[in-house]
Amino acid sequence: MINDNKVAAGENAGTGSSGHTATPMIRMSNVKKSFGDKHILRGIDLEVKKGESLVVIGGSGTGKSVLLKNILGILEPDEGTIEVDGHVTTHMRGRARVELMHKFGMLFQGAALFDSLPVWENVAFGLIHGEKMSKGQAREIAVEKINAVGLSAQRVADLYPAELSGGMQKRVGLARAIATSPEIIFFDEPTTGLDPIMADVINDLIVESVKGLGATALSITHDMASARKIADKIAMIYEGEIIWCGDIKDLDNSGNPYVEQFIHGRAEGPISKHSDFAKSAKSKA
Amino acid sequence: MPFTLVLNIFAAVGQSFLSFFAAVGRLFVFAAKAVGHIFAPPFFGRITLKQFMDIGYYSLPVVGMTTLFTGMVLALQSYTGFTRFNAEGAIASVVVLSITRELAPVLAGLMVAGRVGASIAAEIATMRVTEQIDALVTLSVNPFKYLIVPRIVAGTLMLPILVLIGDIIGIMGGYIVSVHALDFSVGSYLKQTFDVLQAADVISGLVKAAVFGFIVTLMGCYHGFNSGRGAQGVGAATTNAVVSASILILIFNYVLTQVFFS
Repeated sequence: MINDNKVAAGENAGTGSSGHTATPMIRMSNVKKSFGDKHILRGIDLEVKKGESLVVIGGSGTGKSVLLKNILGILEPDEGTIEVDGHVTTHMRGRARVELMHKFGMLFQGAALFDSLPVWENVAFGLIHGEKMSKGQAREIAVEKINAVGLSAQRVADLYPAELSGGMQKRVGLARAIATSPEIIFFDEPTTGLDPIMADVINDLIVESVKGLGATALSITHDMASARKIADKIAMIYEGEIIWCGDIKDLDNSGNPYVEQFIHGRAEGPISKHSDFAKSAKSKA
Repeated sequence: MPFTLVLNIFAAVGQSFLSFFAAVGRLFVFAAKAVGHIFAPPFFGRITLKQFMDIGYYSLPVVGMTTLFTGMVLALQSYTGFTRFNAEGAIASVVVLSITRELAPVLAGLMVAGRVGASIAAEIATMRVTEQIDALVTLSVNPFKYLIVPRIVAGTLMLPILVLIGDIIGIMGGYIVSVHALDFSVGSYLKQTFDVLQAADVISGLVKAAVFGFIVTLMGCYHGFNSGRGAQGVGAATTNAVVSASILILIFNYVLTQVFFS
């Protein structure tokens, strides 16, 4: 019974490794989201403290991306409450939503760079259009951020995304995510599709960028090497619920059979018994 | 058993109607939202100008060729028919009225639907599939203002200009065939053209063009924005954009003709 193992993510945050303040930067309370008869999120309770890096792990189709999109406001929850920095944002729209987005930065799974713009303009996009900064000033910051993610701005700034490798695109995506110095950064499968060395480089850059900015980070991944590297805390999502949450140091002694099966990548275990759900949920998540 | 069968048929028909009205409702909401954003800042002037070029300037060869040959064919076909009744003198009138009132706006609309509507749908659908639209949201930019409004404004304003140029080229096509192939006198052909042409003929065509431009860009944006996943989703969005825009152009052409000329 997975419900026996369920916890509200962040409820034992006081014992977290990083000793952060008590005010949660992100709080999700009983968030539910369905697509037709597919119930993707079934009551998510999650807290991320200020300055903390929380990684949500879970298999494909378990609701990780939907969870992230609900916080960002790209999707709207059917039930429950989402708070960002103490403000309820669940159904926030219009100008208030745009203002809220200034707090966020996001690295997408496929980088999601704008094909029609050169690299520097991709990085400077949020500064030019969101922060209304002049192009010259925005370019200076973009060049700085491109260099900060280990690329040569002189070489790549005027190239178009299609001219870059996958790893380089991911770095540019990271540069764009941190360009506006956001308070909260989301990472959606940051290492998916990268070779192990490039994945480790991206992980290092994520840690460096998040700590450098003093930002709060919420990542979703099924790459355990990545999760171990970038997380202060880990939460596991399964069948649309957080079934375990704890410090990264406690991950290997979670005592939760679902977590143990997942982190060791075993085919046999409680998760395989519910594979039908995973398959059906995958079509929408 | 037959009663259940009849009920099932009614249920299927009813479901189809409900789906249709739901789709129409979604389209209306999308259109209203897009129009609402046209008048509210921020405005993306540079992107709108780029769309003026993409939708207007780059469509000029297609529209020009279409109206040129349509004017030429119209003169030839009219001549073939009218000689039976010794009414060759009416060819200039037929060419100028057909081109300005109907053919230039409708054919330009259909050609632009194929060229621009498909391109808009494919571009925006690809942006949807690759999460670029979500990225816009996370960068504090409203996708409606950045993607939809510039295209709809450019389509609505540029198609009348294209049609005006198409009018001139189409009439010139009829003139070339009439004067050089059918041996009409230059003076009498031009006189008849200008005698019969009224401002209302041109204006009605331009109003139609503006409506068709709105329809083409709206359908491209709507289907692209709401596309399904993967390559299949992008393909379906493109097809739906062109087909729905073409059908709506023909329907609205009838409605507007009824309004202007009945």
